[in-house]
Amino acid sequence: MTSTQPAPTPQPIVPPLITAKNLSLSYGQSKVIDSADFTINEQDFVCVVGANGSGKSTLIKAILGLLKPRTGKISFGNNIKRNSIGFLPQDTKVDSNFPATVFEIVLSGTLGHLGIKAFYRKKDKAKAEEALKNLNISKLKNTSFSNLSGGQKQKVLLARALAATSKILILDEPSNNLDYKSRQEFYKALKNLNQSGLTIIMITHDLDAEDLIGNKIISIKESKVACETTTEYLRRYK
Amino acid sequence: MNWLFEMLSYSFMQRALIAGILISICAALTGVSLVLRKNSMIGDGLSHTAFGAFAIATVLNFTPIWFAIPVVIIASFFVLKLSGNKKINGDAAIALLSASSLAIGTMAISLTKGVNIDLNSYLFGSVLSIGWSDVWLSLGLTAVVVLLYVFAHNRIFAITFDEDFAKAIGIKTNVYDVIFAIICSLVVVIGMRLLGALLISSLIIFPTLIAMQFSKSFGRVVMYAVLISVANFALGLAVSYLITSPTGATVVIVNLIVLITTYTIRKILSS
Repeated sequence: MTSTQPAPTPQPIVPPLITAKNLSLSYGQSKVIDSADFTINEQDFVCVVGANGSGKSTLIKAILGLLKPRTGKISFGNNIKRNSIGFLPQDTKVDSNFPATVFEIVLSGTLGHLGIKAFYRKKDKAKAEEALKNLNISKLKNTSFSNLSGGQKQKVLLARALAATSKILILDEPSNNLDYKSRQEFYKALKNLNQSGLTIIMITHDLDAEDLIGNKIISIKESKVACETTTEYLRRYK
Repeated sequence: MNWLFEMLSYSFMQRALIAGILISICAALTGVSLVLRKNSMIGDGLSHTAFGAFAIATVLNFTPIWFAIPVVIIASFFVLKLSGNKKINGDAAIALLSASSLAIGTMAISLTKGVNIDLNSYLFGSVLSIGWSDVWLSLGLTAVVVLLYVFAHNRIFAITFDEDFAKAIGIKTNVYDVIFAIICSLVVVIGMRLLGALLISSLIIFPTLIAMQFSKSFGRVVMYAVLISVANFALGLAVSYLITSPTGATVVIVNLIVLITTYTIRKILSS
């Protein structure tokens, strides 16, 4: 009796989540990014590195749709819409004494899904509750933002970004102003989110190996963009 | 309490009270976003512009309010544009606008002979200048502002707290900026007749600062700011009638006393 091996089921080709082709970005006449090509796949954890003013935030703005490319384009796979990307801006842009409760802030993350509706729906509130729970900060729900520590504030802003997305999270230098312990806790939370399926793009100013926690690095130097694995990057620079 | 009934028996006081309460509501609602976005001085800059526009309109024999409204709206767009310009700071732009408008207004009045203009009523306001048309205008503006807050308060919160994030999730922040600039201009122009060019911005700033002493929730700060604004205006108007003091200055002093008191109480309680 001969048995025939079943033919292996062909794996579906998963298109990249974000693809940049021949992407050039500029402010007025000054070119910031020149002809960049890179892809970001589902569940990648990408660290964007480069010196001050190299164009890291500019690249993020372009991915978020806040800056139009001079040439080239950024396209999204897996039905991603720009307003469903979770974004955590630099913490210096948020007034730390702003009168708002944690829940008010986290709930505002769901506004991108509301369309023209004026009021939050039950599912938006549930999404915000879930984001708080994922980061173990449910007990802070009714606490005032101004009464939180630096690390807690970052977690609240991360929860707001999570309420906005279940697919892509973009963070602009999230570990600035965090002490060592808070930073490690924050990175641990990010790793957990990445392992649960979230694609993360994080600008990091710090080039210590312990801050390069992702699997991929996008480095920007003199307007040129390189995209490689973290191992390759560390081999070249460390 | 006879004085209260006497005060309310005058039609000019009735108009001042109604228009003042309506303007207080609009100023408080607009003020929360302006103060928290650190744009408090926009109201001050626009009120000086309104003074210049009122003076020029009077000299040219135009109806001041209808001349001032478009001028102040254009000025508010100018301030918005300059605020976004990295070469000129927003506060420098406002200072530039304030001083220039005040100078143009004063010059226009001083160079014109045969026109009787009460400079004091423009600078410090006058309850006598409020007509029924101002009341109807205030009512229309209040309806628009309240509806905007009811239906867009979540988006206004997002923009006020973190504009970059709001943009990233698809909120048209520039549209809201334009709406706020127009509303702020209307509040200033209509309110200026009551409180004066030099004092109207206090109606925008004080209620939010006082409300922030009571609450650390955005929703409650908005609600308290409206209640405080209305209560302080009514109290200021009543006191000004009782002791025959200028209404604008009295309303500002009432707000100042309430702010100092609430701030002190909060400090004592928190320590």
